[in-house]
Amino acid sequence: MNLNRYASPSIFYPLAGRLVPVFAALAAALAAAGLYIGFFVAPTDFQQGEGYRIIFIHVPAAWMSMFIYLVMAFWSAIGLAWNTRLSFMMTRALAPTGALFTFLALWTGAFWGKPMWGAWWVWDARLTSELILLFLYMGYMALQAAIDDPRRADRAGALLNLVGVVNVPIIYFSVVWWNTLHQGASVSLTRAPSMAQTMLWGMLVMALAAWFYTLAVAFARVRTLILAREQRAQWVRQMEHEA
Amino acid sequence: MQARHRKLALIAFAVVAVGIATTLVLNAFRSNLVFFFTPTQVANGEAPTARTFRIGGLVEAGSVKRQADGLTANFVVTDTARAIPVTYTGILPDLFKEGKGVVAEGRLGDDGHFTATQVLAKHDENYMPPEAADAVAQAQKAQSTVAE
Repeated sequence: MNLNRYASPSIFYPLAGRLVPVFAALAAALAAAGLYIGFFVAPTDFQQGEGYRIIFIHVPAAWMSMFIYLVMAFWSAIGLAWNTRLSFMMTRALAPTGALFTFLALWTGAFWGKPMWGAWWVWDARLTSELILLFLYMGYMALQAAIDDPRRADRAGALLNLVGVVNVPIIYFSVVWWNTLHQGASVSLTRAPSMAQTMLWGMLVMALAAWFYTLAVAFARVRTLILAREQRAQWVRQMEHEA
Repeated sequence: MQARHRKLALIAFAVVAVGIATTLVLNAFRSNLVFFFTPTQVANGEAPTARTFRIGGLVEAGSVKRQADGLTANFVVTDTARAIPVTYTGILPDLFKEGKGVVAEGRLGDDGHFTATQVLAKHDENYMPPEAADAVAQAQKAQSTVAE
């Protein structure tokens, strides 16, 4: 099987169309399960009481905000090197969702910070670099909207993403490199998680839900982008004809 | 070398170059990026004592004393090597506890006494139910009795 053929918009368009409802259903089911675990099954925290339950939204949103930017940078590099149209469309389709998750992470963090730390916002390295990530997402979208020629907009945006991607490791390691008010990671690949099992499960299920949500909305968005950009292509006209 | 491979190498090189540049810049600004100074850093003269700055560490066990006015609190911030006495008037955050992390912003007096204008609780990365926390505390207690 040649995976490269899926880089062709005419082949990817119907495939994405079939996958969107599957991903959306999975996202809804996982989110329902994750929220149930988070609110009804997971125990109260020994210090924070019930307030810690914000992590079931906050942590998956923060993970997603960083991961989506990495994926956008990946597609940008592929697009610049191979000149594939679909990779630029994927980049564009992911940006609003990435910005949404970044905003959610900042917002829920502020909600948690006020009662726990005693401040809505502090200018520590973790919070500041995450805010820069939000500006990078918004800058990318503004740049795309400001340039009329889609091919030039794609290239300019891709360049911004490749420069901006250095911010992602800074966000992730900020709590290790500098003294920050934000706590270190409770879950990492290199050691056992420092949280109770059920809390961890709730968080991981919510993270999976965020993944499938992202896939569903990004694919739905990329379908409209394909149609908009390929409107003169033979296969789009044919499809229009059949409909 | 194919053109697209050259392009990809160029992109990789550009990303690495930007990464190195950022690393150097962040390294140069290292002291400005820390959110707080530990009592040891303050003792070594690394903290900007001429202006307001933040100190961070653990609230020493048994050091919290509330004044008669009900708002002013005295406590000691320690990093287990050095300690700084702190005075703060205001509402302390929920997570402020003896033996837990704290960040205080304010000025260091000539007598080595820190007058805080804001106190933030620093939470750690441990999340567990109260029963588990009790079990951990019991285990530590048992261990320290054995050690003695």
